Amino acid sequence: MPMPDESGVKKFLDRSFDALLPLLAAPFAFLIGGIILLALNVDPLKAYGVMITGALGDVSGITQTLVRATPLLLVALGIVIAFRGGVLNIGGEGQLVMGAIATTALVLWLESWPGWILMILSMLAGAAAGAVWGGIPGLLRARLGVSENLSTIMMNAIAAQFANFLLVGPLMDPLQREMGTFLPESSRIPKSVWLYRPIPQASLHIGFFIALILALLVYIFLWRTSIGYRIRAVGLNPAASRYAGINVPHYEALALTLGGMFAGLAGSFEILGVHHKLLQYLSSGYGFSGIVVALFGNLHPLGAIPASILFGGLLVGGDKMQRAVQVPSALITTISGLVVLFVVSSVILTERRARRRKIHG
Amino acid sequence: MGDLFTLPVLLGIIYYGIRFATPYLFAAIGETFAQRSGVLNLGVEGMMLMGAYTGFYVAATSGNLWAGLLAAAIVGGLMGLLMAVISVTFQATQGISGIGLHILGLGLSTLLFTTTMTGVATIIGFPSIRIPLLGDIPYIGDILFNHNVLVYTAFLLVPISNWILYKTTFGLQVRAVGQSPQAADTLGVSVKKIRYITVTLGGVLAGIAGASLSIALINVFQENLTNGMGFIAVALVYFGAWRPYGVLLGSLLFSFVNAFQQWVQLKGVAIPADVAVMMPYILTIVVLAFSARRSTKPAALTKKFERGEA
Repeated sequence: MPMPDESGVKKFLDRSFDALLPLLAAPFAFLIGGIILLALNVDPLKAYGVMITGALGDVSGITQTLVRATPLLLVALGIVIAFRGGVLNIGGEGQLVMGAIATTALVLWLESWPGWILMILSMLAGAAAGAVWGGIPGLLRARLGVSENLSTIMMNAIAAQFANFLLVGPLMDPLQREMGTFLPESSRIPKSVWLYRPIPQASLHIGFFIALILALLVYIFLWRTSIGYRIRAVGLNPAASRYAGINVPHYEALALTLGGMFAGLAGSFEILGVHHKLLQYLSSGYGFSGIVVALFGNLHPLGAIPASILFGGLLVGGDKMQRAVQVPSALITTISGLVVLFVVSSVILTERRARRRKIHG
Repeated sequence: MGDLFTLPVLLGIIYYGIRFATPYLFAAIGETFAQRSGVLNLGVEGMMLMGAYTGFYVAATSGNLWAGLLAAAIVGGLMGLLMAVISVTFQATQGISGIGLHILGLGLSTLLFTTTMTGVATIIGFPSIRIPLLGDIPYIGDILFNHNVLVYTAFLLVPISNWILYKTTFGLQVRAVGQSPQAADTLGVSVKKIRYITVTLGGVLAGIAGASLSIALINVFQENLTNGMGFIAVALVYFGAWRPYGVLLGSLLFSFVNAFQQWVQLKGVAIPADVAVMMPYILTIVVLAFSARRSTKPAALTKKFERGEA
């Protein structure tokens, strides 16, 4: 696509405006959230105040925010890759769960292995499991034309049930059985594979920093390698890519597989860094929140970093708000939904501006 | 395995299969109209949740089930209208706008439920009506003609919507808009108007689908009550090849497998319960895999339309 000649400054300003446009969605969403709070007889300023201080007010809040941001960032990276390849990955939830299952199962199976080898192996297993779970919809789309919008959602349901099955069956902690409590949880994984926590007394684990590095790598992959270039080409214009000799279904499937890989890794980190055992309802909506984060980050791997921290903060702040002023944390879900709607609606503005630029050169 | 399929068990599975096809039918028929006009609405789940909550709240506070149903239809319709504004007027990517509506519906219904309804656990829903004469036929009467009004309505909706889609001018316009919006536009059909109507109608039916759960079938509301049913409904439209009778077949098949699965779970037979719960989802993927290439998808599905473009 030839770019019209423009002065560098104007181009920069235009680009910046487009990149910052999604940010405008947040104030609007919070405004509506505030109106809902007023309707519920809650002082919005007080509620939002509790939320902000809860998420950012002290070391514990900030580190919790970053802990919640980690899976959000990883899932969002997967969604960004898929989206750049022109496919919508709604299966982050299931891919995350499968990653968590694979990590837990591998660690418990090879428990006696040296810690760091096992840690790396179990991360790879988690990433691989997520890749398989994203790859199946990719393959179904490439070979049989099955819409990934639907298959990924079905895969979510299957993964959730599979986890439940394992937790009351083969993976249930034998102690639960002996004691007769039958809680659907796995045994604890050995301390030797836990992700390192750099700050004493804080839950922040190195998974967050690995996720930051991965975001940079995804950026390099998408914009500086030929495979990444082809993925983006397929997403931008499948017809033109086909004429250029790119195997379109192949790259769409690849984008879904890579997307699944990142969500699987998110599940792996949740086990190794946060819960240290497999639990029910592990994902708690990260698959969908990941879509919100990816959109809010302007579908850019580096944009996903601040977006994930913001939404991680919302999750932490929302929990604190629920405890302090009895506003259900479902408010956060509501606001997230509004953010998505505002962001997707604003895309038309960007497109119109782009078209005007093309006409007026 | 001898006592697995006694007559009462079989009758029970068929009865529940028919009964619980209701929400799928409402939601999937509504989605059929939306998709036939070219709009993929992935927000059905969120609309169902809002319908389920609204129906339950209004029915519980006013004591009038019909008022609850009406309110659910209105709220569903408003959500549908919102989807139409976003995806038709603002031309947003349909898949994502649907997800946005889903998240909004999930959050808002939970928020409203936890703040407005403390203590109401269950209500008395629409009663079963035994149809005279037909209802007295042994076995068949119990299975087919002893349901509540929403179950009958859902099944009646199938021939009605089939008639609308294939025998009326409106139906022809809907199909034309979904197949070739440019051609329809040239012939003076307002693409936007038709899409607004179908997506809003889809919302109304999704709202009713949700209410059918909360005030006619299970008569409770809880967080995420629909638990994926709305997404299944979208899949059923693909399954049914965008035809009301196909959707009927899919809804029944899905609902029967589900009823069978629940019974298996109750009985604790050889198959673990959670594996049984997976069956309907696996079945959906398999069916989608076999039907995806063959079925005739509306050509303009998920494509935005703007005058003067190609």
